[in-house]
Amino acid sequence: MRYAETGFNLEIDLTRGNIERVETDPRDTELYLGGLGTNAKILWERVPPEVEPFSPENLLIFSAGLLCGTPATGCNRTIVSTISPQTRLLAFSMMGGFWAPELKYAGYDKVILRGKSPNLVYIWIHNDKVEIRDAAHLRGKGAIETADLIRRELKEPKAQVAAIGLAGENRVFFASVEQGRSSASRGGIGAVMGDKGVKAIVVRGTKDIHLARPAQFIELCNEVLAYIKFREQNPIPGVMPILAGLGSPQEMKVHDEKWHTENFMWGNSRVRRKDFWNDDIAKKWTETLESSRKRLISCYNCPMKCGATLSLPGFPTYMMKCFSKLTYTMAAMSDLEFGLKIAQRATEYGVDAYSAPQVMAFALELYEAGILTDQEMAGLPTDNEERFFWLLDRIVRREGIGDLLADGTYWAARKIGKGAEAFAHNNIKKHEQLPLKLSMLNPIYFLMYSTGEKINITQIEGQFPQAPFAKIEEREAFVKDWFQVPEEKFKHYFLEWEPRGEKSMPFFPTVQMCCEIVDWMEKMHYIDDALGMCAGLSSFPLKPPYHIHNYPKFISAGAGFDMDEEKLTQAVKRYRTLVRAFNIRRGMRRKDDKPPENHWKKRFPELEKELLDTYYRFKGWNREGIPTRESLQELGLDYVAADFDRRGIPVDGEVEPSEEAPAEAMQQ
Amino acid sequence: MGAKKKKIVKTIKVDVDKCNGCRACEVVCSAFHAAPKYSSNNPARSRIRVIHDPLKDIYVPVYAGEHAKAECMGRDKYTIDGKEYEECAFCRAACPSRDIFREPDSGLPLKCDMCESDPPQSEPLCVQWCITDALTYEEREEEVEEEEAAGGKDLEMGLESLIDKFGLEKLTEAVARMTIARKS
Repeated sequence: MRYAETGFNLEIDLTRGNIERVETDPRDTELYLGGLGTNAKILWERVPPEVEPFSPENLLIFSAGLLCGTPATGCNRTIVSTISPQTRLLAFSMMGGFWAPELKYAGYDKVILRGKSPNLVYIWIHNDKVEIRDAAHLRGKGAIETADLIRRELKEPKAQVAAIGLAGENRVFFASVEQGRSSASRGGIGAVMGDKGVKAIVVRGTKDIHLARPAQFIELCNEVLAYIKFREQNPIPGVMPILAGLGSPQEMKVHDEKWHTENFMWGNSRVRRKDFWNDDIAKKWTETLESSRKRLISCYNCPMKCGATLSLPGFPTYMMKCFSKLTYTMAAMSDLEFGLKIAQRATEYGVDAYSAPQVMAFALELYEAGILTDQEMAGLPTDNEERFFWLLDRIVRREGIGDLLADGTYWAARKIGKGAEAFAHNNIKKHEQLPLKLSMLNPIYFLMYSTGEKINITQIEGQFPQAPFAKIEEREAFVKDWFQVPEEKFKHYFLEWEPRGEKSMPFFPTVQMCCEIVDWMEKMHYIDDALGMCAGLSSFPLKPPYHIHNYPKFISAGAGFDMDEEKLTQAVKRYRTLVRAFNIRRGMRRKDDKPPENHWKKRFPELEKELLDTYYRFKGWNREGIPTRESLQELGLDYVAADFDRRGIPVDGEVEPSEEAPAEAMQQ
Repeated sequence: MGAKKKKIVKTIKVDVDKCNGCRACEVVCSAFHAAPKYSSNNPARSRIRVIHDPLKDIYVPVYAGEHAKAECMGRDKYTIDGKEYEECAFCRAACPSRDIFREPDSGLPLKCDMCESDPPQSEPLCVQWCITDALTYEEREEEVEEEEAAGGKDLEMGLESLIDKFGLEKLTEAVARMTIARKS
């Protein structure tokens, strides 16, 4: 009997149309937990570095987390892993919603796609019955539209659908997989799905998920629910409203956007509008959101309301959450109504709401600079907002200039040339970032931006306050009930941290402290990604209901194997290192571990070097960022060391960082 | 007329405007009714189901009532505030016309028991887990007429109609036959 997990993966060879139900090794669950952890193991074993993103040999894995489908509140995430066409590294985008628990109830932990279907198909998983079905009639349909059509066609209103839109079908490098209110957007996994000829994966399950120690597990769930209630009633004082509570940033709820609109950059991450927010705008934007928002909604088994159903005049109803609210608005230097309208179309097309707006703003900047001319942009409307719709339509169809832009700013700039590279200025590892340009280097964020392999700041930050509190009394109040810290020392780091003076950034927290803080924050995200827990109840907000002290109990009561903090920390380190190793094998090195050049104005090269050197050592990596033989062996990853040896990847001692660009040697 | 007696009326009040569609009610209901308690969960076994259609903004938590052996002669379909609800959306019966409120393997009907258990729960579990307060629990005491002894007016009315239809003779024969069959 397997607990919490089903113990079976669904292996689908799209080339041959073969479907197999494969039992998994329970020892892998103990070592790699599930979700991202076991995905990483499978990808390491089966996808060698020679494999191109759009090769039949690339795998596309849809995985439920270990605790998805159990009563653990908020545990509903699907972890989708493949090789990203944009970064050419491991992509592991995640989505909430309802899909992962449904997969578990159907009797599977993962769906592993390989090969390529000759025709567009969708996959219909209904408990033991799994079919590959023709999707010719769904070609070109929107992602949400597709879900609706399939549910009606199958007469299964309760089926959960993960689908791609036109962007995925046309292999746009920032195409998403959409699932109602949620999407796995980062890294272009929708493009890989389109390349494999899969329009949608549809799931309906009516089987049981078992718990090893039910009474203890439900008690833990009740504690979490009680703490969520407590946190709802007691927002954290002294931080911005969106950071005071739980859940994803409550963008669908809040109207006050002063902080985002005045601190984040507009256009192609260029313009800061310090006096943007005023009463008139506040009134207008409030009206827009109030009149279009039908309801605040949640994902499976979660009391939070991070999402919303939106209906804009003249546009079909759709669902949204988080910062997609403002990305289009700000890229186009427009208003909220425009942003919510174009986001509807973008959701049906299935594009990442971070990358897509930035790519379009980038194109218009190139046009203004004369690098893209009327020849390439023939037909471009004169109206600013219409231009964005025009560009979006071209990108998802790969028409004209859209074909270049569909590869994202990094690759598009290289193809366009004529100095376009300087305009693709907001990338990490070729991937568009949140539009932020700041003044003084933040050493904690420097490490997170540089080394976070999810290549998205929100997927590594969270447990430690973003900025010091001004008064010691406020800090003392904050640490008083901060039981989520792994060790007491973190409280002291925060207590000592001053906005100005000797103990302020960039030299305080000290390099060693920064390493510990970042490692803690990253660890919590990696645990979530293996268990399928939403970051909004765990790794992202301050003082969350899930933390390093109750997670081991959840795992042992749920899955039935012994777990404690030390063992969990070791497991996380194991698959985090495996993710690193996978990317190292694909050519990633120290030179790739850096924030956008212009992210901070005031930089400290020596300090940054020391930060990276120390953090690498802390993580068990050598100076090139390659996991060392010693650390690999300690984690039971001897097979990684052996593979590195075979490939001549230096795992020993101190290695001088290379100046070359091996990750780019394999570009298309 | 009989004497008055006191009766506890239990109600789960549903506020559809507060429902965020998370289905925690389904999760914990199916877990609570698993044997042993909480050992497994499966929303398909839940005695409360959220009828939902997010794009139409439809969210109706419905908890299972009495099993109906046959379909209704006609079905009901409501439109409220411009929102068209699916057929039988508000009906609580496990009935041949649909698959909710049935055990997925056996097809046996399910019925909400208000989580009656020993020791008693403070509130049904779905209510406890609905911290958005779409579901709230209310208990009130009502005075009702003491039920008349078996074989009261209702029984006689029923029998009259059967006699009208089949005749007294056939009815007594049938009762006699059934009595023997039950004894054997």
